Amino acid sequence: MLSSNAFVDPGKMKDYHYTGPVEHRFSPYSFNGGTVLAVAGEDFAIVASDTRLSEGYSIHSRDSPKCYKLTDTTVIGCSGFHGDCLTLTKIIDARLKMYKHSNNKTMTSGAIAAMLSTILYGRRFFPYYVYNIIGGLDEHGKGAVYSFDPVGSYQRDTYKAGGSASAMLQPLLDNQIGFKNMEGVQHVPLTQDKAVQLVKDVFISAAERDVYTGDALRVCIITKEGISEQTVPLRKD
Amino acid sequence: MALFQVSGLKSYAELREQILPARQTHLFDRTNHYNFGTKTQEFAVPLGVDPSGFLGTCSRDGGVSIDLNHGTTTLAFKFRHGVIVAVDSRASAGRYLASNDVNKVIEINPYLLGTMSGSAADCQYWERLLAKECRLYRLRSNHRISVAAASKLLCNMMLGYRGMGLSMGSMICGWDKEGPGLYYVDDRGTRLSGRMFSTGCGSSYAYGVVDSGYREDMAVEEAYELGRRGIAHATHRDAYSGGAVNSEYTLVYIHQPTTPVPRCLRHFSLVQTGVSTIGRVAGTFQD
Repeated sequence: MLSSNAFVDPGKMKDYHYTGPVEHRFSPYSFNGGTVLAVAGEDFAIVASDTRLSEGYSIHSRDSPKCYKLTDTTVIGCSGFHGDCLTLTKIIDARLKMYKHSNNKTMTSGAIAAMLSTILYGRRFFPYYVYNIIGGLDEHGKGAVYSFDPVGSYQRDTYKAGGSASAMLQPLLDNQIGFKNMEGVQHVPLTQDKAVQLVKDVFISAAERDVYTGDALRVCIITKEGISEQTVPLRKD
Repeated sequence: MALFQVSGLKSYAELREQILPARQTHLFDRTNHYNFGTKTQEFAVPLGVDPSGFLGTCSRDGGVSIDLNHGTTTLAFKFRHGVIVAVDSRASAGRYLASNDVNKVIEINPYLLGTMSGSAADCQYWERLLAKECRLYRLRSNHRISVAAASKLLCNMMLGYRGMGLSMGSMICGWDKEGPGLYYVDDRGTRLSGRMFSTGCGSSYAYGVVDSGYREDMAVEEAYELGRRGIAHATHRDAYSGGAVNSEYTLVYIHQPTTPVPRCLRHFSLVQTGVSTIGRVAGTFQD
């Protein structure tokens, strides 16, 4: 049976056919996937990330964690474009060393956050395509999380998810840690063990539904004793 | 002069060149890897491309989508007893809500406040830079900077980068020798002094509400209520501000200190941060 479609407008191409010349332009950015999450507790902080590095339909590596240790009390999670993540962490390390040499003390988490904001803003017109989250202990020993946008706007939070599955994880954290939209629940402060378990569960869920998240989960737990790391396997498909 | 040259003394102009190089900003496509932009302000710029449209062109293929945080409705008005500043607390990045508890009132110094609307990073960075300049002014000239002068400094910073894609609509509010001060400064270099301003996507709604309730000789509590209602109605109707029913807001009152005060006492009180709910009965507002 002849389809009437063919007679609608003979000169007009259908949407999914090539319609004419297409301009291809070099893009300095590429999206390498990955999700990062940070939670601040009373006297601890957790920074967790998956370890998958992808590009388009391919996976480049299954063992590329996105948490980078900055000082004994601060860890940064960077997701987005891997090239910019590497350069940014190198620049942060250099600036930390410069500060240490000039001031004879280590930078505090709050100071690192303020410094990162100006580093990112120095590229306001050609941004680093990185979504950063800093987790650590502040000067009083309490957990602190600072979340950033690609050009340096930041604020201190209690919990934050960033990266490809952030839109899936953030509502879940709002409900479980922030007790938002829950009725008749006691607001119990989060213990370290509960927080670690929650982070693991939340990433398992993210790996189910986000193609760029999976393979393994690296959890960094920051306490006054130091930074301890755990690796948990996730879905590899 | 011969003696001057022989003595090896550097003239003031030369010394100043070392501390403050004549060209305050340098544009490269990457930041300096020796000083990392710590000595002079540096901005990296993509070569050969118009900076204001650059991000839009990159966001098309390969799954790249760089969304920057934007802040929304803020309002401020002057009345006999001071200045009221009311802001919502939502930050959106494209269609995703980045945060529902952003602090959009930026303390420039203990008696000057700036509000944030437009790009969050632009407001935070330039108002922090303004705080540095106001502090230097205070140290160099031994008196506090006026609201007019502070807003002019910010306006000139914006004019320096006009056309490059900055997005900032801010109100500089404070109390100085002339009394209460309120200036609106935006990324195109507009600087206006006025009695009432509102910025952001929800500003039209806020203007309507505050214009209908404003009187110059209001009592302080009435003024709090008016500011709160302005934000509540704006966030009720605007998708990018606050929330549909529950919106978080911050209300600040800038006033003259009444008792002998130490030099850096805050001239403002954080009146309320809270959640305001608008009740709806059969299509009419009750709040």
